[in-house]
Amino acid sequence: MPAVQETVDQVRRIDVDQYKYGFVTDIESDRAPKGLSEDIVRYISAKKNEPEWMLEWRLEAYRRWLTMTEPTWARVHYPKIDFDDLYYYSAPKSTKGPKSLDEVDPELLATYEKLGIPLREREILAGVEGASDRRVAVDAVFDSVSVVTTFKEELKKAGVIFCAISEAIREYPDLVRKYLGSVVPTSDNFYATLNSAVFSDGSFVYVPEGVRCPMELSTYFRINERNTGQFERTLIIAEKGAYVSYLEGCTAPMRDENQLHAAVVELVALDDAEIKYSTVQNWYPGDKDGKGGIYNFVTKRGDCRGARSKISWTQVETGSAITWKYPSCILRGDESQGEFYSIAVSNGYQQVDSGTKMIHLGKNTRSRIISKGIAAGRSDNTYRGLVSAHRKASGARNFTNCDSLLIGDQCGAHTVPYIESKNASAVFEHEATTSKIADDQLFYCLQRGLTSEEAVALIVNGFVKDVIQQLPMEFAVEAQKLISISLEGSVG
Amino acid sequence: MTAVRSVAAGMNGQIKMLSIKNLHASVGDREILRGVNLEVPTGQVHAIMGPNGSGKSTLSYVLAGRDGYDITDGSIVFGGEEIVETPAEERAAKGIFLAFQYPLEIPGVATMTFLKAAMNAQRKARGEAELTTPDFMRRVKVAAEKLNVTQEMLRRPLNVGFSGGEKKRNEILQMALLEPKLAILDETDSGLDIDALKTVSDGVNALRAPNRSMLVITHYQRLLDHIVPDVVHVMAAGRIVRSGGPELALELEANGYADYVGAAAA
Ligand SMILES: Nc1ncnc2c1ncn2[C@@H]1O[C@H](COP(=O)(O)OP(=O)(O)O)[C@@H](O)[C@H]1O
Ligand SMILES: [Mg+2]
Repeated sequence: MPAVQETVDQVRRIDVDQYKYGFVTDIESDRAPKGLSEDIVRYISAKKNEPEWMLEWRLEAYRRWLTMTEPTWARVHYPKIDFDDLYYYSAPKSTKGPKSLDEVDPELLATYEKLGIPLREREILAGVEGASDRRVAVDAVFDSVSVVTTFKEELKKAGVIFCAISEAIREYPDLVRKYLGSVVPTSDNFYATLNSAVFSDGSFVYVPEGVRCPMELSTYFRINERNTGQFERTLIIAEKGAYVSYLEGCTAPMRDENQLHAAVVELVALDDAEIKYSTVQNWYPGDKDGKGGIYNFVTKRGDCRGARSKISWTQVETGSAITWKYPSCILRGDESQGEFYSIAVSNGYQQVDSGTKMIHLGKNTRSRIISKGIAAGRSDNTYRGLVSAHRKASGARNFTNCDSLLIGDQCGAHTVPYIESKNASAVFEHEATTSKIADDQLFYCLQRGLTSEEAVALIVNGFVKDVIQQLPMEFAVEAQKLISISLEGSVG
Repeated sequence: MTAVRSVAAGMNGQIKMLSIKNLHASVGDREILRGVNLEVPTGQVHAIMGPNGSGKSTLSYVLAGRDGYDITDGSIVFGGEEIVETPAEERAAKGIFLAFQYPLEIPGVATMTFLKAAMNAQRKARGEAELTTPDFMRRVKVAAEKLNVTQEMLRRPLNVGFSGGEKKRNEILQMALLEPKLAILDETDSGLDIDALKTVSDGVNALRAPNRSMLVITHYQRLLDHIVPDVVHVMAAGRIVRSGGPELALELEANGYADYVGAAAA
């Protein structure tokens, strides 16, 4: 119960449609000229001091992208994006790349502090709720650059590499060349290809054989600059028998215009390795009339390359004007496992089209999908999922459960499951429910003395419980609060 | 005489817990309560009987402050205070409790969690300190044992998959923990077998107290064998049409509601 109480207290303190991360950091930026061309791709690559092979890789993606068209199959609507009207690179002038904390612009440190992400290692213990003896290493990405990565040295002692991807390209080129684009090829889809051409920063994680990463890793993405797209690129590799749990968080200032965020995340798990990837996505969702907000067009995919490997995606999606995102698992190794746990909350005029793909290739592979969609206001919330079994995937198993909760009668929830099985021994189960927070359910809570805010928080917390339990403990309370704040004002 | 009776402390010194005067309530253009008059003194148990559709549940909802009803006329005075405009959650905190005919389910929310949320919400509204966890646990344990509510049941999501009897026992458990001044029990007997009826009635009787009033709504007389009321009212077509002692319930049992249904139609 304390979680619900805190949620409610928090909701009370915040005015309706006041996004608490909506401030702008006043900092001088170094920006690429507007628009996209080969020159811009070269500009970005040069800014990052990249080797020649990386530039070629980008240029190839860019040329491919020119031949592609935007996907239109998702249940989302928005005016056509003018890709020449965006800035593709922006970095605080004071930052030339990741460095030690002492060198980071105090203005940036203050920004992250305001966002509740203490970057000074000694402050981290105090900052994270419930983390009495657990620490979290943070890579902080501000617009197009990583400004700092904490606990790097300590991680290194365990053999774990955790750094900005731009740094990894310079420092660990063999690893990056081996794995980058191996899960999401540069030609994968319109936004992934665009990302491959212009990606600026993101995180790189490498956990060597048999190592259990000694702390939670996380990346915090912040878009600050106006008219700027953020194209993050994250690559996580878990060698045989390795384990890592990683969390990303994201926010952006409130701006009238829509901003593009097109990320690519690739995960590779070798034999017996496990990767747990959690997202708390809280990009600016736009105002109460649907003006502004982030277009979150993201490609996330994990490759269970080794036998008995496991990849688990957990996402709490509350922000963005539009979310287009399908974190997926390729279950290549025999007996590998994929999981997708999702809470997608939409309010106001938000549009969510999200789900997962579980591609069963190996024998006795298992996958589990638990999706909880909550729609309020005038929002639209779609679950779109694919579960497929290859000819050779004998004994493949999937269990899917998609529940939707509607608050009010002007929102929509949709479930679009695709199932393809080419192996007769595959067993796929699918359950779906749609419910409403019924008036009588609310009245029952009010009659017992709860306010309508408390009642909605309680009912919603109950609805999402199965997924919240999957989040690292440090973030579960935070996520619960976020969900309630997102739904604030949804019942009259 | 009537003038004297209508003041808060009547001839026999009784304080009125609840005083409803000429209450009219409609949904849309349909008038359901058509001039209800009812007084319940502090410490008394009153029964409301009546045919299906006479407006008993509507009266209970309107007393509890449910949205969706237009109160077109009349007043509800509770503990000396007019509450027609008071929101439902504030009425709850003031001490009005409604045991639902069909208790609602809340998936994923443990019964225990819900109980604590409700108790603390009411305490907060009254400016009292929240219960400490040990204090809360102790209270629940004591009340649950009396009602044969197991720890296992308290861990299950609220009312989800509960049998009819479990749901009703859970309602009475909430009543015991929330310690209302006025408890309205809407058809608490419906769907109960004889053993469950006994458990629930014993639970209710244990909560009878000089500072607590109850309004027991039932269609059947059998509940009133267990919870013996001070006064029985008959409701028909949105009004209280007759009041009497416990013997009135027996008369209704023998003759049925035919007279009242006829009268209502006329
Ligand atoms: N929300 C509503 N809208 C329209 N009619 C209603 C509504 N609620 C109750 N009624 C009608 O009002 C009458 C009284 O209902 P109710 O109070 O449930 O009676 P009882 O509990 O005595 O059986 C019934 O005819 C019922 O159909
Ligand atoms: Mg009824």
